Amino acid sequence: MSAKQNYEGPPPWRSIGRHEMLPEASHDDAARFDFLAQLNHHLGSKVLPGIQRVYEREVEPEQRRRTGAGFRNRHEVRRSLGRHPGYRSWSALRRATMEMRQQAGRMLVLRQWGALNQKAQRLNEAGLGESLLLDPAIETPRYLAAVDHHCMPGSYHAELAPGDVAAAANYDAGIFVTTGGLLGRYSDGGGRGVVDWVREHLPDFRPQRILDIGCGLGHNVLPLARAFPEAEIWAVDQAAPLLRYGHARARALGVRNVRFAQGNAESLASLGFEDGRFDWVQSTMVLHETSHRAMPRMMREIHRLLAPGGITLHIEQPQYHEKMDLCEQCLRDWDAFNNNEPYWTRFHEVDLDAVLVEAGFASGALLHGGVFAPAEDAEAAAAREDGAPRSEDFGRSPAWRLVGARKAAA
Amino acid sequence: MSDPADPAAALADYLRLAGARSKGRRPWFFENRDAERVLGIAMALAQELSVTRDRLDTLERLLEQAGLLRRADIESYAPDAAAAAERGRRTQEYLAVLLRVVQQELEESEAGPEERSSEEVARELGGAEAESQ
Ligand SMILES: C[S@@+](CC[C@H](N)C(=O)[O-])C[C@H]1O[C@@H](n2cnc3c(N)ncnc32)[C@H](O)[C@@H]1O
Repeated sequence: MSAKQNYEGPPPWRSIGRHEMLPEASHDDAARFDFLAQLNHHLGSKVLPGIQRVYEREVEPEQRRRTGAGFRNRHEVRRSLGRHPGYRSWSALRRATMEMRQQAGRMLVLRQWGALNQKAQRLNEAGLGESLLLDPAIETPRYLAAVDHHCMPGSYHAELAPGDVAAAANYDAGIFVTTGGLLGRYSDGGGRGVVDWVREHLPDFRPQRILDIGCGLGHNVLPLARAFPEAEIWAVDQAAPLLRYGHARARALGVRNVRFAQGNAESLASLGFEDGRFDWVQSTMVLHETSHRAMPRMMREIHRLLAPGGITLHIEQPQYHEKMDLCEQCLRDWDAFNNNEPYWTRFHEVDLDAVLVEAGFASGALLHGGVFAPAEDAEAAAAREDGAPRSEDFGRSPAWRLVGARKAAA
Repeated sequence: MSDPADPAAALADYLRLAGARSKGRRPWFFENRDAERVLGIAMALAQELSVTRDRLDTLERLLEQAGLLRRADIESYAPDAAAAAERGRRTQEYLAVLLRVVQQELEESEAGPEERSSEEVARELGGAEAESQ
């Protein structure tokens, strides 16, 4: 068997999809990303199973012995498991990996900061005010301003100077480290998976106007734009650096039917969107970064924006439920407490069906499903069928739950 | 930081900015924070060692492609006596540098009971009043 056949692990960073906006990486920049992707892979596949064994063999039995009953919820598990040296080592290493990943990405981006901003400016020039709509009046909501999400210094929105795209360039170059390439060369596995789901489950759906809220730098909206080339597509986010970079990246990749606009998804009146404007409103890995008050507001706004018969789809990691092992829940919660994802924990126990119904959708019109990042080519598909069960790095696997609804026809 | 789109616009402090902390008080996982700090430094060194190994690997492969060396020769390389002595000496120096802190801690236990710390000597030389001020 060749070395290649034996290999299970992340692909090299150099294999990610290139485009004009992607920052230039030196040999050593790429080697840092490769090391960090391997370190994450190691922590997820070699260390994490050990934590689960510690829970099963020591922590859980100890709780039974002491209290006569098992743990009642994931928070109790966290308090006990959190004292175990193995859990602490895993956590300290995981946190350090996140911080190192940020430094590696920012180092390479800031070294070529001026050139990147200039590239974005040039690619965006023609679209400014047309397909790139920035609105300096949009304020960063408290849930995105209070802590920097997943330890990105400055989060999505901070600008070192007007016109800055550094936050997005860093996100684009470095997301590979946490996903280990499982989202595909263009980190768009979520979007490609949603397109597959829609084709399979809603074969007659012909959306003319699509809105992607919390689009980020557009990783997962471009597959929608490619799948529905005739559609008018709006990609909205609250952070200007992502939109500047995302618009330039879309141009660089030859996608021209997406408008990138700055707005707060809780109320998109600022963009002049009238009631019933859209056939499809999508969010991909966004809701968990909002808040308990904002999320239902976003759902009501989506209901307003949908045309009769229109659909909304949301993809996220699975919600916690009674049958999900408490240790798994606790480990999935890690990012909430240790990686600046503060709404992650509460969000994952929300009854999203109830939120949709509350927002105006009929309980008989809810949509549920599973979405997977499709393999990109025959080689990737073969590698996946190769047997060996994939290790699951909780909260980061390329498989999501889909929740949504169809708005009643008029 | 003048024009953000000026390719020459140097971010003079990009090293500090690259390593800036993220907002949100950091959780520390080890009971002893000093130990976790050292772990952070060790992991950064591990990263840079991995980067260096990748670079060596790249170098070897490129040299082999160019017909300048055979990697199998590296694997089977046996130093002759002179090379072995040079290499052995270098490894010894390396270990001495690496473990200096251990050496010095042990040397201190050999110091006589009359040896004082600089702080103690400062008190002695400055007189008792200096201390009480
Ligand atoms: C984890 S990112 C996901 C980005 C993108 N959907 C993707 O799949 O790559 C979450 C995004 O949601 C955006 N976001 C969160 N709340 C928002 C709001 N109220 N209005 C607009 N954007 C929001 C953030 O700015 C961030 O870019």
